[in-house]
Amino acid sequence: MPQSAAAQAPLIALDGVGKWYGAYHALKNVNMTVRKGEKIVLCGPSGSGKSTLIRCINHLEEIQEGKITVEGTTLTASARTIDAVRREVGMVFQSFNLFPHKTIMENCTLAPMRVKGVSKADAEATARKYLERVRIIDQADKYPAQLSGGQQQRAAIARALCMEPKAMLFDEPTSALDPEMVKEVLDTMIGLARDGMTMICVTHEMGFARQVADRVVFMASGEIIEEGPPEEFFRDPKHQRTRTFLGEILAHH
Amino acid sequence: MATIGPNELYFLMQGLKWTLALTIIGFIGGGVFGLAVALARTSEAPFARRFTAGYIAIFQGTPLLMQLFVVYYGVALMGFNVDAWVAVAVAFTLHASAFLGEIWRGGIQAVPKGQTEAANALGLHYVSRMKDVVLPQALRISLPATIGFLVQLIKGTSLAAIVGFVELSRAGQIVSNQTFRPLTVFAIVGIIYFLICWPLSLWGASMERRLQTASR
Repeated sequence: MPQSAAAQAPLIALDGVGKWYGAYHALKNVNMTVRKGEKIVLCGPSGSGKSTLIRCINHLEEIQEGKITVEGTTLTASARTIDAVRREVGMVFQSFNLFPHKTIMENCTLAPMRVKGVSKADAEATARKYLERVRIIDQADKYPAQLSGGQQQRAAIARALCMEPKAMLFDEPTSALDPEMVKEVLDTMIGLARDGMTMICVTHEMGFARQVADRVVFMASGEIIEEGPPEEFFRDPKHQRTRTFLGEILAHH
Repeated sequence: MATIGPNELYFLMQGLKWTLALTIIGFIGGGVFGLAVALARTSEAPFARRFTAGYIAIFQGTPLLMQLFVVYYGVALMGFNVDAWVAVAVAFTLHASAFLGEIWRGGIQAVPKGQTEAANALGLHYVSRMKDVVLPQALRISLPATIGFLVQLIKGTSLAAIVGFVELSRAGQIVSNQTFRPLTVFAIVGIIYFLICWPLSLWGASMERRLQTASR
């Protein structure tokens, strides 16, 4: 192989991951590797465990079985490994979760200053760079409630980028948005993908999946049912459950 | 019957001074320790949660008057010779800590879970997560109830009379005994309490309305 071993090593690796909520088996033996620069779209019916899966990657949820490795660090319950992983992985939530009592600029500078110890001036310079990139630099001094949903989600993307993560997790980033605002957020995500960001996106936006995904992963009842490159996945789904799901999803689009 | 002149009014004002001093001490002490109680109530350590839950149950479930007695005489019985001021300050602080702790516990838990998750995802640690993200929102949510408790505390200081404090109510009693004009004197005392508490209540109510419109 021409590529070095380092380039081959996965950035994120899930190995036999299992999770229970009490007696409910939420994730069953999930195996997945994500190489640097890869874009994965995770889809599946609600309750299939796709959100739970990405929330395990940055330890918002704890796993009971298997292991998760991010950039060589294997997640354990210890604060050290959790910190190390969270430094490398940014997250964007369905409900934005911006801090409502802080301006957009303060939302973006808080974590770099507190976690990385960056000076205020440097943190603001970085924030301006990313706010420009998501095209809301003119909203920097406003509070989240003064922005539209689409603008808030773009601000949340900028906030995550300010930590300069190696990978980004998107948990249904457009599901809470009015239809006319979905595109501006997807465009931002497409731009990010073009710039080479490693991304795992839980989304039902199949157009986005076709356009940017390297692989589409379909989950149901806590298991990965099938995965493949988007053309193949959409043209020729192998499992009946995938076909049923795609039939339902695409009927609405 | 004697008249109520400047001397009597001055005496009442002296009492008012102690009422305000006790309120401020109780509120500041209760604020500091109440915050600690609220944080312990919402911590992940089961012992801290249970211990503070017991503390709150005891202080919310017994009369303030009894708490004052227990601290005032109890401390003396244990062999410590403490100033009445210290005993009363301790009693009010313990009392206010329990109530404010419970009010703010509710505020902390009312902050949407997504806020903590976003802070966690960004790698923020406990101190920053609380100080920068959760508490500013929790205290805002709790402000009306906090003001409500402050009003209760102002009136509650009248119970300090039982251990010999001449605060506003006790001063009123003394003046009334001297002048034989209980109705007039207690009307004045009542008006003074009202003039302090009512604006606070109005402020709390307007704060509540503002919070409601902000969250709509």
